[in-house]
Amino acid sequence: MSVVDVLVVGAGPAGLAAGIEVAKRGGRVCVVDRNLEPGGQLIKQIHKFFGSREHHAGVRGVDIAVELLEEARALGVTLRLGWEVFAIRPGHAVDIVQAVADDTTGSAGNAPTESFDARSVVLAAGAEENALRFEGWTLAGVMGAGAAQTLINVWRVRPGKRVLMVGAGNVGLIVSYQLLQAGVTVAAIIEAAPRIGGYGVHAAKIRRAGVPILTSHTILRAEGVECVEGAVVAQVDGTWCPIEGTERRFEVDVICVAVGLHPNTRLASLAGCRLVFSPALGGWVPLHNAVLETTVPGIYVAGDAAGIEEASTALEEGRLAGIAAYERLRDVDAEGHAEIAAIQRRLDDLRGGPFCGGIRAAKSALQTAGETPCPAT
Amino acid sequence: MPGNLSQDGYLSLDELESAPGVPAHDRMRRGPVAVVECVQEIPCNPCEAACPHHAIQVGTPITNCPVLDAEKCTGCGLCVTQCPGLAIFVVDLSRSGETAAVTLPYEYLPLPEAGELVDVVDRSGEVVGRGRVLRAATTPASDRTAAVTVEVAREHGMHVRGIRRKEVDGNGHDR
Repeated sequence: MSVVDVLVVGAGPAGLAAGIEVAKRGGRVCVVDRNLEPGGQLIKQIHKFFGSREHHAGVRGVDIAVELLEEARALGVTLRLGWEVFAIRPGHAVDIVQAVADDTTGSAGNAPTESFDARSVVLAAGAEENALRFEGWTLAGVMGAGAAQTLINVWRVRPGKRVLMVGAGNVGLIVSYQLLQAGVTVAAIIEAAPRIGGYGVHAAKIRRAGVPILTSHTILRAEGVECVEGAVVAQVDGTWCPIEGTERRFEVDVICVAVGLHPNTRLASLAGCRLVFSPALGGWVPLHNAVLETTVPGIYVAGDAAGIEEASTALEEGRLAGIAAYERLRDVDAEGHAEIAAIQRRLDDLRGGPFCGGIRAAKSALQTAGETPCPAT
Repeated sequence: MPGNLSQDGYLSLDELESAPGVPAHDRMRRGPVAVVECVQEIPCNPCEAACPHHAIQVGTPITNCPVLDAEKCTGCGLCVTQCPGLAIFVVDLSRSGETAAVTLPYEYLPLPEAGELVDVVDRSGEVVGRGRVLRAATTPASDRTAAVTVEVAREHGMHVRGIRRKEVDGNGHDR
């Protein structure tokens, strides 16, 4: 059994940032990720990020991943890539299993396992895409927008020739733009709400590329025998019901679903962390306090796993959780307190503005509730 | 956030009129100037640091909309490729003759070449005419975002916000 100060689950922006902060303070830290390539969603974010200088604003996500990785490696963060956490036992004993076999290991079912004795744990395992059910939703060619983005930006494979994007939040808008850049036609973006949910600047760049955005529209069905050959959409009324006679068919071979994400809470649940339901944060989320500690002492959450936001806030939360997870083992000094306060201020800034009103309120409510210790059963 | 942007996905002329990053008409006629089409309060400020003349201010909080000081702006265009939202353009309505020059951010490959004739589109993606590419270039600082300057009919200077080339820009090849 290996002994570490902090074990971090997930090597995305939150997990890497947590690992970096622990290592900076001289802590022994191991970051585990089931993927062979670290960086989480950053590795397919080919667009320039928003935010401010300290959030790598103006840098493409894929390049932020490289920077974080280099920093983590230089500081001596141990990375276990292609390994997956399958148990968190009382006292922070963490069991991992090799999820992706390298060339030298044997067959599946005989995968090697290892255990860690961690003094604290940071859960930064990100999010999962929400599914959307409609007639024909199991046809080949119906996929999450994240899958399409992975295909074009990581594997450089076009998912098809013509896409209908379902959802005009930032994910739907950004992936549509990147599909255009990859030479795929986007027939339309439909959005059930009466307004575009994502940033206007993202919408503007795909509108001028000639992509219509149909608000108050839903998908009725995917058509096709073995794979998607078309999609039928309709306008919805104020109660989200399709209006008869408004059906339109799009000739497409791909339907991308971008209808939100939910936090990955499986390990938090397994570890006995209390979950609460927060629509603004994407669904069930581990209750946590202002330094991201869950109801199980010593287990922290950060990034999308602590409520759906974006990469800049994930980075900041990762830093915060890393510091808190390590410093709890000692007495936090004045410098530590100042750093924690500075990060919390930056998070408040990022959550300012009309787009984040719901998140701001939900995080604040959660953290107020999280300050009251709850039994971890 | 009422108005066209959140409904249709592009700014209406009314929304542009009241945007703090859009210069007044008399300044536009005097020479090239940045047009910052950013009206939603999102947490973002690289434009502020991009401007060597300190003509763009965001300040704190970071969700402030960028405010353009059009008197300080020289129309150099450094901000065009630095805006992660691709929402800054440089418009020159001071040219002799009946043309305007519009510099826009461009992230499709291959880049157009100087002299190339292209369809020019407005904010809604409608083709409004033809234009001639004057320059298309990336720099190390622009990090793979090109600034493309296109010559268009003068009356289209405040309308043209994109170019459309068959086989290149996404939906162009399909229509």
